[in-house]
Amino acid sequence: METILTLNNLTKHYGKVKAVNDLSFTIEKGNVYGILGPNGSGKSTTLGMVLNVVNATSGNFKWFDGSDTTHHALKKVGAIIERPNFYPYMTAAQNLELVCTIKDVDPGKIEEKLEVVHLLDRKDSKFSTFSLGMKQRLAIASALLNDPEILILDEPTNGLDPQGIHQIREIIKNIASGGTTILLASHLLDEVEKVCSHVVIIRKGIKLYAGPVEELNASHGFFELRCEKQQELITVLEGHPDFTSVKEENGLVTGFLKNPLSAEELNTFLFNQGLVLSHMVKRKESLEEQFLQLTANLN
Amino acid sequence: MLRLLTIEFYKLKHSRSSKVLSIAYFVILSFIALIASIEFNLGDFQIRIADQGIFNFPFIWHFNTWVAATLKFFLAIVIVSMISNEYSNRTLKQNLIDGLSKKEFMLSKFYTVVAFALLSTLFIFIMTLILGYSFSDYTEFSIVTREMEFLLAYFFKLVGFFSFCLFLGVLVKRSAFALGFLFVWWIFENITYGILRWKGSAETADAIVQFFPLEAMKNLINLPFQRLNFIETAANQLQADIAIDYAVHWYEVAIVSVWIFLFIYGAYALLKKRDL
Repeated sequence: METILTLNNLTKHYGKVKAVNDLSFTIEKGNVYGILGPNGSGKSTTLGMVLNVVNATSGNFKWFDGSDTTHHALKKVGAIIERPNFYPYMTAAQNLELVCTIKDVDPGKIEEKLEVVHLLDRKDSKFSTFSLGMKQRLAIASALLNDPEILILDEPTNGLDPQGIHQIREIIKNIASGGTTILLASHLLDEVEKVCSHVVIIRKGIKLYAGPVEELNASHGFFELRCEKQQELITVLEGHPDFTSVKEENGLVTGFLKNPLSAEELNTFLFNQGLVLSHMVKRKESLEEQFLQLTANLN
Repeated sequence: MLRLLTIEFYKLKHSRSSKVLSIAYFVILSFIALIASIEFNLGDFQIRIADQGIFNFPFIWHFNTWVAATLKFFLAIVIVSMISNEYSNRTLKQNLIDGLSKKEFMLSKFYTVVAFALLSTLFIFIMTLILGYSFSDYTEFSIVTREMEFLLAYFFKLVGFFSFCLFLGVLVKRSAFALGFLFVWWIFENITYGILRWKGSAETADAIVQFFPLEAMKNLINLPFQRLNFIETAANQLQADIAIDYAVHWYEVAIVSVWIFLFIYGAYALLKKRDL
C-alpha cells in the first residue's frame, strides 16, 4: 500500500509543556483517518508540524516517499487548520486564484470546486461578507483546488450551526467516496465515527491507539437483555463461559462478551434454560464508549 | 522569482488601501515639479526657487532624489501593513500550508520591495530628465549624465529603508506598532548622536552614528540646500565655512547593503524560528 505520511517519534515541547510526545504513525492511501483527542491533546500541533507551520522539537516526518521537500510535498496536499484564513478584501474567486498561484495549479478548476461546496453563486462576494459556515466551505474548496492526494481537516465543523455541520459532513463524505485520503482531526466522536475507517487516538500528546476503527476495542460487543425472572437471568449469564461480566441497570441486564456469540445462540440457550426474553439487543461499543474506556484506563 | 512577485502583487492589487497609498505616493512625487513655481518674498528680495539653479544639471539629480526620498514614508506604510496583514488575517499560516516555503514568503516580500524601489527610481529618473531639460541652464550630455550616482544612492536608500520596515513588520507583527517602533528608533539614533557629541566630539559621533541604519541611509543623499546659489552666496558673505561632503561614497552604499542583508536575513530567521 502507498504511504502518504509517516511520523517518526515526533515531539513538540512548549517550554515545560509536552504538547506532542514521541508520536509515530503512518497514513496509507485511500483510507479516511480520524485523529481523536480531547481539547489540548496535541492534535493541531501535530498537524501544524507536518504542515510546516510549527517547528518540531525532535523526531521527523516525511511526506510520500520522502524524496521531496516539505513545501513541495504540500502542493499535493489540501489542508485547512482550525479556522479559515483568507484575505478579507478579496472575493472568493480571487482568493482561490491566489491559492492556485501558490500551489502552481491551473485556475480553471475554481468554478468546479466552488460548485462542490455550493458557493458558486457567491464567487464574486468579498470573503469578509461570508458567514462562518461559508468561510469553512470556501476553505474546503481551496484545499481541493489541486485535487490533493490527501485532504487534512482540522475541526472542520467547529463553531458551526447544525445545518452547517450537516453540510460539511456531506461534503466530506462525498469527497471520501471519491477515493481521496482524508485526515480528520476532531474531538467530536460521532463525527469521526460517521466518516472514518481508521483512528489515531491521542491524549496529552501521547498516542493511545492507531488502527482500524473496528479493531479499536478487541471486545465482541455486549447484550442488553430483559426478562421476567431478572435474578435468574443474571445467575445463568454469570455461569456462561462466553461472558466476562454482567451488570444490571435500569431494569436492563447488560452482559459483556469475551468470545463471539450470536444472538440466535444465546436466545436458544436461554430459552432452553426456561428464560423467555422480552428485550434483546446485541451491540458493539460506540466510539465514544470505547474512547472513554481507553482514556479512562490511563487515569 | 516571477511567480513570487506575481503572488505578492496579486495580494497588493486587490487591497484598496495599498493601492490608494501607492498611487498617492507617485502622484505626490510628480508634485516635485510644482517647486518650480514657489516664490519667497524676503523684504526687498524676491527669490524664485526655480531661478536658484535647483533644476540645473547635474544638481537636479541630487535635489530630486533627496526630495523624493523624504516621501518614502507613504510606501513604508504599505510595506509594513503588507507583513502585518499576513499575521492578522493569519494568511501567512495558510500560505505556508498551501505550499509556500518561509524562504519563498520572505523573498516574495523582498522582491516586491526591490520592485517598488526600482519603479520609484525609474519614475524619478524620467521626471528629472523632463524637469531638467525644461529648466536647466546646461543641457549638454556630459553635464546631464554627471552625478547620476544619486539615482543609485536613491535606489539603495529606498531598498534599505523598506527592508527595515519589512524586518520591523515581522518583528512586531502589527503595523501601527512597527511604525511606532521605527519612530522610536529614529529618536534613539538622534539621542545617541547627541550624547556622543556631548561626551566626545562631533567627529567621533559622526564616525559611530554613520553605521546606524537610518543615519547610514540618510548619508547616502545629504541635505542639498547648502548647494543652492543664494545660500552659498550668503555663506560667503558671512564667511561661514559650509564645506560639506555631498558625494555618494562607496562605503555609504556598502554600509546600507550590509543593513539590507541583515534586515532581510533577520526577518527570515525570525520567521523560521517562530511557530505560527
